[in-house]
Amino acid sequence: MSIYRDAKYADVAPAEKLRLFNEVKADFRWHHVLYGCYECGICTASCPSARFYDFSPRVFAQIMAREDIDSFYELLNDVMWSCSQCFSCTRCPRHNSPGGIITIMREVAVNNGLDSAKEALKAYSRIIYKVMSTGTQVAPDMLQPDFFPDWGPDVKRVSENLDVWRRAIPPDTLHTTELAWDVSDKTRLQLYMIFKLTGNLEMIENIDEGIYMILEEVMESLMDEKDLDIDDFENILEGEEEAEH
Amino acid sequence: MSHASNGAPTVITPPKVAERIFKRQGNPEKEDYREQLFELEAKGELEVIRVPEPYVEVETKFGRKKKIPLEHTWHHKSCGQCGHIPGYPTSIFWLHRQFGFDYFDPKDQTSCTAWNYYASSTSNPPAQASIAVRNFSQAHVDGYFPFIHCGTSYGHYKETRDQIIHFPKLREQVRRIMDRLNMPFAFPEEIVHYSEWLHVMRDRIAERKVLDLSNVTVSVHPACHYHKLIPEDAIYNDDIYNGQRTSVVTGIAQALGAKVADYSNWHDCCGFGFSHILVNRDFSRSFAAIRKIERMKEEANPDLVLAHDTGCLTTLDKSQFATRAHNRKVGIPVMSDVQFAALAMGAHPYKVCQLHWHGVDNKPLLEKMGIDHEKAWAEFEEQAEKIKSGETQFMTWEEADA
Ligand code: SF4
Ligand code: SF4
Repeated sequence: MSIYRDAKYADVAPAEKLRLFNEVKADFRWHHVLYGCYECGICTASCPSARFYDFSPRVFAQIMAREDIDSFYELLNDVMWSCSQCFSCTRCPRHNSPGGIITIMREVAVNNGLDSAKEALKAYSRIIYKVMSTGTQVAPDMLQPDFFPDWGPDVKRVSENLDVWRRAIPPDTLHTTELAWDVSDKTRLQLYMIFKLTGNLEMIENIDEGIYMILEEVMESLMDEKDLDIDDFENILEGEEEAEH
Repeated sequence: MSHASNGAPTVITPPKVAERIFKRQGNPEKEDYREQLFELEAKGELEVIRVPEPYVEVETKFGRKKKIPLEHTWHHKSCGQCGHIPGYPTSIFWLHRQFGFDYFDPKDQTSCTAWNYYASSTSNPPAQASIAVRNFSQAHVDGYFPFIHCGTSYGHYKETRDQIIHFPKLREQVRRIMDRLNMPFAFPEEIVHYSEWLHVMRDRIAERKVLDLSNVTVSVHPACHYHKLIPEDAIYNDDIYNGQRTSVVTGIAQALGAKVADYSNWHDCCGFGFSHILVNRDFSRSFAAIRKIERMKEEANPDLVLAHDTGCLTTLDKSQFATRAHNRKVGIPVMSDVQFAALAMGAHPYKVCQLHWHGVDNKPLLEKMGIDHEKAWAEFEEQAEKIKSGETQFMTWEEADA
């Protein structure tokens, strides 16, 4: 039974909830993020997200320690994405990391292509593309006034002067506008290979097929340009995962 | 509510912020990851990148000595700082140049990609660890020691270090990936944040100070991922908050002669939240303005907020514009400890510290610091004009120092 009075997801089969719960528990970090819970609330007292959302790290620790799969399923599908991943909750006297529990839960949600994960990441896809293709995240050309109206008129001033102002920064690596700094092609490709070799591209495919396709196309043509064999870089961790299950 | 012996409720008045007493207690036992890395190296599992000489030893939270290198550093930039706050890496480089220190600003570097990982979880530990090791190994190949600019990279790499030490299977996975990339498996002896370097350099920087900062009051916001995420090798010092809080940021501000004012929400996060700053900005903004900036204003009334992570700087700075419209008590300039230190040593506020990228009006602060911002802006504009007209392509370090 869920702890929530307005319990949702009663129609989801308990076996499915248990499967996802067991996937969280099977993560190698599991025994380092939850040791039990005093229910003292220290984590929640220091949690930024608890101030502005209907969200509490203590609830995550309690539910997971009690192995309450109905409530787990609700957390997984509803409030989990409110966590700021600041790890203020690591001040837990029991040495739990509620933020760490949430990291694992989010990975399970993404790996399983849950709708809640797709929804939470909808507005975020462009960033995923940027970081996975370049390794840099906040590019100067993202500073557009229509995207950041609440940051005031300075955003407009920056975007109007962007090219010149970027070139008026002394270190050579910072003269770019499309990247946070100039990243060599070799390094971009190595990053892409890491994502390929560790199955990260499939994770993207689960969440946003469109972004996945663009990413594959752009990076594979860069690989082609550099005469690298694409098929040579399939997920090398996959075989061992399968053997284990 | 508790009751006194006569049955009347006891009212507990918390001490005023300024009267808080900090006292360091005993040191808990902690494993020594450095020894563990050397053991792994002895078994041939990885190569430890030694902290190069000259280095300074400082005390960590639980009393271990940590080596902070002064030079031969490979500058691991942050995926966020260069987009919004380019004066932050520029000031780090500028200070290195002023002291004649050898450093390397690589292009063979990716970000740690932890921002994306904390925001979206579209990655996994083998990938995150391989990205860390690839960057570290590249630094090693280049002959330099990794030097981390970002608080989140610093914290995340320490999580990664923990996993690499404790999980042989993950280590094996990373090794196979490094083999595929034709890279060695190298890991640094210490993970060093730039603020730690600034901390050990604070007296040398103060010696070369050209501004009187005694009438400047600052409040400090330390980055969560610096002192909360794997906290044991963050720097603590008995002379600063009696070792009860990390001494970075505060230490340099004090050494430069500024007044550091405490406030009750020192420990709180800035509200950045990774995906939140981009797609749930109302949350980031509310937390930053109401929970941090307003408290600082009410309790400390500082001229300036000093932070040392790109996410914190962005959130605290950019969140103030919209909240001002709601008559909230905001309006405090925000910069990094290293920009402040560079200004104190006479760096150009626009050509080096790049303060024109910041949102909150910092002109009154510059005036208080004795900086002629109008003249400085005219000088910057002159340089920008040369680039615009095609006379030069970029601003050089020599021009920035002129
Ligand atoms: S990591 Fe998440 S749960 Fe923990 S304090 Fe931060 S926002 Fe709260
Ligand atoms: S997780 Fe830790 S801090 Fe939070 S309620 Fe449980 S014991 Fe207390």
